[in-house]
Amino acid sequence: MAIHEKSLIEPERLLNHETLVVDGVDVSGSWNTMITPRTLRDYDDDFEEIIQKYGGGENVHRCWQCGSCTNSCTMYAQNVQFNPRYWIYLTRLGLKDEILKDKDIIWQCVSCNKCTNICPKDVRPEGVMKALAHWMQDQEITEKSPSTHFDEVFWEEIYHTGRIEDASVMMGFFKRTNQPLVQEWLMVFGQRMMKYMPVAQMIKMGLNYAITPRTKSWGKTGEVLKAYVEEQKEVAHG
Amino acid sequence: MGKVAYYPGCALEGSGGPYDKSTRVLVKALGLDMETISDYNCCGAMEVKNIHPMLQTYLSSRVMALASQEMGYDAVMAPCNGCYHNLKKAEYETATSEKAMQTVQDLARKADDPVYQGDVRTLHLLEWLMEDLGIEGIKQKMKKSLNGIKIANYYGCMYTRPRQIFPEKDQGEGSESSYKPHFMDDLLGAAGAVNIDFPLKTACCGGAHTLSDSDTSTQLVLNIIQAAEDAGAEVIATECPTCHSGLEMHQIRAETEFGIKSSVKVIYFTQLLGLALGLSPRKLGVHENISDSIGLLKEKGIV
Ligand code: SF4
Ligand code: SF4
Repeated sequence: MAIHEKSLIEPERLLNHETLVVDGVDVSGSWNTMITPRTLRDYDDDFEEIIQKYGGGENVHRCWQCGSCTNSCTMYAQNVQFNPRYWIYLTRLGLKDEILKDKDIIWQCVSCNKCTNICPKDVRPEGVMKALAHWMQDQEITEKSPSTHFDEVFWEEIYHTGRIEDASVMMGFFKRTNQPLVQEWLMVFGQRMMKYMPVAQMIKMGLNYAITPRTKSWGKTGEVLKAYVEEQKEVAHG
Repeated sequence: MGKVAYYPGCALEGSGGPYDKSTRVLVKALGLDMETISDYNCCGAMEVKNIHPMLQTYLSSRVMALASQEMGYDAVMAPCNGCYHNLKKAEYETATSEKAMQTVQDLARKADDPVYQGDVRTLHLLEWLMEDLGIEGIKQKMKKSLNGIKIANYYGCMYTRPRQIFPEKDQGEGSESSYKPHFMDDLLGAAGAVNIDFPLKTACCGGAHTLSDSDTSTQLVLNIIQAAEDAGAEVIATECPTCHSGLEMHQIRAETEFGIKSSVKVIYFTQLLGLALGLSPRKLGVHENISDSIGLLKEKGIV
């Protein structure tokens, strides 16, 4: 049988022969690639359950490996190393070390939901990508990704005021990720935005930045939600 | 349907200003009626579900509860795909899971917020226009034609995916399709535009990583822009402030950082429809778009 996704096997375990004779039969040609067998000891039986406790990872056990998610995936089309089906497979087998080889790209999922839309088993792969990324951050295997910083800045603003304001989220994000506050392309964007903006709106946006708009009836909503999230995390991860 | 509660969400108050402006004047010119939910909260956009999924469900249900409990509406209209998606998702979660509904209601009582009863329906602006007026209704109001301007209608991810949360879609004739949405095509076609066959209608613009992974977003936006140009489009029509700003921002980034120029203009569908109703570009905030389309619109005899 042809070997699909050969790229997923470590190159040193692939044995390519010019010609090959097995038990006296010449199998040269399409049968000339072999993989060195190995015994797995590096799996973690509990891993699937750990990922299920993260929001989004609940249905990972339902996967039947049809490959539709990867086939439809926006990020896979950018980079074939980004492979949701494969990571879900490894999660189910508890092969953490294999997943960690791709630790730096898993967070790049753009949440386009093509995978979740197409999955015949309601695995919600988009959620699994987020669950894996968060697990790696919690384990301090990876640093907090820029997108996690962004999520946190965003949530903090809602928690305090009930709303967000574009510019202050953006500035908060740049500060937190130690990026320069003025990036050339954003400057050009800003200039073009200001070019025809009515003065009244400019003033309004400026004021919004200075005093983030607030939901008047927000009351203790932020506190209640924060307490709920903390309690749920405690239940899930101890 | 009559009157709906209007949920602008945070984007339309900020960078999506021209979308808010054109939505308001368009709705008025079409003789429809809506009331703004004045004290709304953020729906959580794409971000808070990653902190915890219940946050997003709760924030969206709070908006629906404000509309029904405090204002007496049974329909909320959201022009932003992100808001629309999140409210729909909360509707779906609370309708299909007793536990989710219970949690939402418990949290509301604890926070002294209005309690969501599962009695509100969310519509995207596109759906509202199609349901209340339809193509014929729009045609009757037209004062001008869009003069065959070639449009690639771009719907983005959240208006169609995942299809489970949009029970009204894919119901056959007359309904919206989640695979090949067509409401914007229908409306702008009725206004005299030529809809071009655009294969990336529901492709992702990378909005979730606009700033956190700009290279990916720029690439995804370039795919959309180039596909539209290859198909002969002069304009990409948008129906979401996040998609719209994403396309504009990364069109600029592609130009300033990679020297890749493109000439296609990005315009909100509300602005295009408004022009066909005879409203002025200024009233519709066309000048406030970053993508400068006035030259093209003049050339086409639309303004
Ligand atoms: S689409 Fe669903 S069932 Fe198929 S491989 Fe992906 S996660 Fe598994
Ligand atoms: S949501 Fe993420 S994993 Fe799913 S298709 Fe989009 S990029 Fe791929």
